[in-house]
Amino acid sequence: MTDTQATAAVPSKAPSADREPLLRVTDLKRHFPITKGVLRRQHGAVRAVDGISFSVLPGETLGVVGESGCGKSTMGRLVTRLDEPTGGKVEFEGTDITHLSTGRMRPLRKDIQIIFQDPYSSLNPRHTVGTIVGAPFRLQKVATEGGVKKAVQELLELCGLSPEHYNRYPHEFSGGQRQRIGIARALALRPKMIVADEPVSALDVSIQAQVVNLLDDLQKELGLTYLIIAHDLSVVRHVSDRVAVMYLGKIVEIADRDSLYAAPTHPYTVALMSAVPVPDPRRKERRERILLTGDVPSPINPPSGCRFRTRCWKAQDICASQEPPLVELRPGHQSACHFPENTGA
Amino acid sequence: MTDQKLIPEQDRKAPEAFLSVRDLRIHFDTDDGLVRSVDGVSFDLAPGKTLGIVGESGSGKSVTSLGIMGLHRSKRARISGEIWLEGEELVSADPDRVRQLRGRKMAMIFQDPLTAMHPYYTVGQQIIEAYRVHHPAASKKEAKVRAVEMLDRVGIPQPDRRVDDYPHQFSGGMRQRAMIAMALVNDPSLLIADEPTTALDVTVQAQILDLIRDLQQEFGSAVIIITHDLGVVAELADDILVMYGGKCIERGPATTLFDAPEHPYTWGLLGSMPRLDRDLQERLIPVRGTPPSLINVPSGCAFHPRCPYAELTGGRSSSELPVLVEAGPGHHAACHLPTADRHRIFADEIAPRL
Repeated sequence: MTDTQATAAVPSKAPSADREPLLRVTDLKRHFPITKGVLRRQHGAVRAVDGISFSVLPGETLGVVGESGCGKSTMGRLVTRLDEPTGGKVEFEGTDITHLSTGRMRPLRKDIQIIFQDPYSSLNPRHTVGTIVGAPFRLQKVATEGGVKKAVQELLELCGLSPEHYNRYPHEFSGGQRQRIGIARALALRPKMIVADEPVSALDVSIQAQVVNLLDDLQKELGLTYLIIAHDLSVVRHVSDRVAVMYLGKIVEIADRDSLYAAPTHPYTVALMSAVPVPDPRRKERRERILLTGDVPSPINPPSGCRFRTRCWKAQDICASQEPPLVELRPGHQSACHFPENTGA
Repeated sequence: MTDQKLIPEQDRKAPEAFLSVRDLRIHFDTDDGLVRSVDGVSFDLAPGKTLGIVGESGSGKSVTSLGIMGLHRSKRARISGEIWLEGEELVSADPDRVRQLRGRKMAMIFQDPLTAMHPYYTVGQQIIEAYRVHHPAASKKEAKVRAVEMLDRVGIPQPDRRVDDYPHQFSGGMRQRAMIAMALVNDPSLLIADEPTTALDVTVQAQILDLIRDLQQEFGSAVIIITHDLGVVAELADDILVMYGGKCIERGPATTLFDAPEHPYTWGLLGSMPRLDRDLQERLIPVRGTPPSLINVPSGCAFHPRCPYAELTGGRSSSELPVLVEAGPGHHAACHLPTADRHRIFADEIAPRL
């Protein structure tokens, strides 16, 4: 099975080097100010996203993993321009969209859509499925052949729902079905890119697999580009071509999926992977587990130098004084660590 | 249902096991109809052992645990069956007696530590209260010493200072540690953990699972861990019980349940999760359809509308209720498919794809 995957992946990746990225993010920052007193003077900032750079090629899936509070969702909101970046640049198809006004941004919204985590709060309970999924057409004033209703019904079928669901309300659906409605809405305008923020984490295991497979099929059928934000390393491995690992507002490692999972280089990635519980009771004695102590430090006062050093078992003096840059250790595998793991391999 | 209820009445004697649940049924009267949240669940648990209860949301796993704790005494809940804890029957027992046991002999860790703890009292006050309720002779000072000792034991740094903090001053992982400290302050012999790590990050989850394992070895208590994550049960449990639609559909030792699962639903659960310890699959194999509503549980085997092998039973799956049958040593499954057929299907079709 892995062989077919590998060979299938090669032709799509070979020309990718010279393809223009669909989305390019350079040194993106988002600092939320903390104000104090009557004058609301700023006396600090939550550095939610603190200088991240990456690009996403057309047709590929970039997975972003990290613990809660690492800034992955803020990053998703920044690239979809639901939030205003403090610094850096977001380019979509070569156009700088970092500070575009709402009006100038609107035509681009057709191309970038978002799928939200919570299928309960992201659908208006007073609107029917038809209204919800049809809203993008009305808002963007897109004319459809045979009317909005027909287009919506086609979308519902594409997402594994029945066209008869057109007149129903969200509460009549289960969590998995609601997530499908959210996906249908995101697909309505045939976007080029979809940002999915924890698309399956609110769903039951058996339903998770249905939605993951649906996302897979839609990508093949419609040539979509995904930016998938999730905390579940095994789901991210399943869906992504490349994976970025975030820690405290920074990307600590970004690499091709197979390279990252076979030989993670950043100690944080290594620890994260060893912490994932494995459904195999025999393995619990055999395997070595790296237990990180403590919690993620506060993004208000991130540690100096390498941000992971406070929990890292390899930390030395240099880690406190010098911030490790993101360097390419292997082709297509970048890591920000002074003492990377698995480099001999 | 009535005649099934009569059978246990006849042999109403204390079983050998430390905790023994016999044919537990918990139904709720609602405006929409009778919700059969738990519908005939039986299991035994020995001291020092861990039982994992796995199932999707709405399969009745949390209701089972709340039932054991005696937290369903509302007018709407109808409870039948027996729960024996160290030779004492709890379903028919006086609520006051159950209250004495709760927190003392059996304790619980809840999923969301922020809502399970009182925001108005400090963490220390809440642990002290839990201790003094069951140790009326203990002075406040002694109780506080005990609280600090417990916080230290669960790995909270500077416990003598943190004992006076409020729950919101703790991080998610520390709150869960504090709740474990509160649950263990009276040395309970039974600890029920309801999704103890679901709200936590993986690295913190690993810490908490390790802590539960260490503490269990130290205190020798029996643990019931309830989760939807097969990875978490594999880490902790000695025995596993899989629930679907309010019933136990498979029960067995952890190793055999993962190596040779018997029930098609368990196959589905295993097939639908992406795994880091295996080669990458081309596609996940989801279970089709959605979990049933507990008001209208499908007739016969509750899983039959979603089961890919339902036709092989010649219609029995939709008409006849399957009973738990021993399929291997200590391994029971409730499925109409003949055991030999199941083993063949698993070996030929399921195992290669897992």
